[in-house]
Amino acid sequence: MSLSPRQHWIGVLARALRSELIPHEAALRDADYQLIRAPEIGMTLVRGRMGGNGAPFNVGEMSVTRCVVRLADGRTGYSYLAGRDKVHAELAALADAHLQSAQPSQWLSDLIRVLANAQVRRRAQKEADTAATKVEFFTLVRGEN
Amino acid sequence: MYVAVKGGEQAIDNAHRLLAKKRRGDTAIPELSVEQIRQQLPLAVARVMTEGSLYDEELAALAIKQAAGDLVEAIFLLRAYRTTLPRFSPSLPIDTAQMQLSRRLSATFKDVPGGQLLGPTFDYTHRLLDFALLAEGEYPGPQTSVDACLEPCPRVLGLLAKEGLIKNEADDNARVADITRDPLEFPASRAERLQALARGDEGFLLALGYSTQRGYGRNHPFAGEIRIGDVEVWIDPEELGFPICLGSIEVTECEMVNQFVGSATELAQFTRGYGLAFGHAERKAMGMALVDRSLRAEEFNEEVVSPAQREEFVLAHCDNVEAAGFVSHLKLPHYVDFQAELELIRKLRQPAEGSRHE
Repeated sequence: MSLSPRQHWIGVLARALRSELIPHEAALRDADYQLIRAPEIGMTLVRGRMGGNGAPFNVGEMSVTRCVVRLADGRTGYSYLAGRDKVHAELAALADAHLQSAQPSQWLSDLIRVLANAQVRRRAQKEADTAATKVEFFTLVRGEN
Repeated sequence: MYVAVKGGEQAIDNAHRLLAKKRRGDTAIPELSVEQIRQQLPLAVARVMTEGSLYDEELAALAIKQAAGDLVEAIFLLRAYRTTLPRFSPSLPIDTAQMQLSRRLSATFKDVPGGQLLGPTFDYTHRLLDFALLAEGEYPGPQTSVDACLEPCPRVLGLLAKEGLIKNEADDNARVADITRDPLEFPASRAERLQALARGDEGFLLALGYSTQRGYGRNHPFAGEIRIGDVEVWIDPEELGFPICLGSIEVTECEMVNQFVGSATELAQFTRGYGLAFGHAERKAMGMALVDRSLRAEEFNEEVVSPAQREEFVLAHCDNVEAAGFVSHLKLPHYVDFQAELELIRKLRQPAEGSRHE
């Protein structure tokens, strides 16, 4: 699936840690904005597929927080995040709104790229951990006696 | 039948305070934080999330603390909480083929593409108590090489499917039944069964799965593939009009390969059982996969003779919140009922009128 730039940054903002967004909080809030939908906690019903690729079924719910903000110039930012962090949801929605400006390059380089790089590093670390447990089994032939 | 009782508020209040005191233990020992439970008892958290039917590590950890470590009670607490939250749109089905793996193994092929990845596992430990854990220590983790990466790990059962050796899974695009909205009716669909099993008690499913291995509904399972890792969850909110990722969750998936079916007109094919659970929950996923397969007995024209093959028996009893609730209700006052029984047994014990005069 090829992602639009907006799908990409929404995903990066969702995967970010709250602690990584907080340093950008002042910049993100430095605009006139209103909460169209104040951060709200709810659930998404997680679906899996039978055999991993067959018909869908419901596994269980997960907690999700969503938020919608509107900047003074009318741009609207959305967020849907796993978990129950209202501050994270509001900051992610603000970032989505800022990123829709005519000149998003500053936000892309200062925020999205930084967050995305951190996510790549986390992923690589996890992958290296798992790779260290790759095992080669030898089968022994059972003798006659 | 139980009867309503009044009064006792003070005693009940004190009983709850006493429970809180018991839960706290010796106050000379530092209190356990919810974050410590979340970080240091991740497998307990996984079980509570799976059977509590809500993926939220912090709330599951809180429930474990509140329940003083009673996981079935913690599951009840999480179930109760989830009924208070609004439901946003359901997720797109998670794509476990894209999982960021922390563990992956196959018991059916030694040299599976991508390899066998042990991950964090109790397997191959000697089950000797580690007294070093009585002291505080440092746990440096595995020796990793920088930039070590994983090769692609295609689905093991997909390799069998390519050769036509196993029944294919097909998406019939049917509406996804939800047993939390529409109560189960029998016969249930496989989607309903899997949802019930996903919420079902690990011990119950483990025992039923074990019973099939011991001959009560035998279907010769092999652990075709077990995967544990993070998968992204995507939703397609109406107001946006395109799907977005809302983060990752850890899941455990188990695909069992079971003995074949075939007929005069159809070539023999292996069959499948599927298990999926939140977090690192291998035993649960394996039990679920075994029971998913045994409940497909009718679909494969197998004789239904054993408990693990009986849909109503399994699904009506696998939920530990319901089971614990009904067993617990025996503690409620049954004074009137029991008085009636007492009268009856006294009457039964009186010698018959006739025999007294003999």
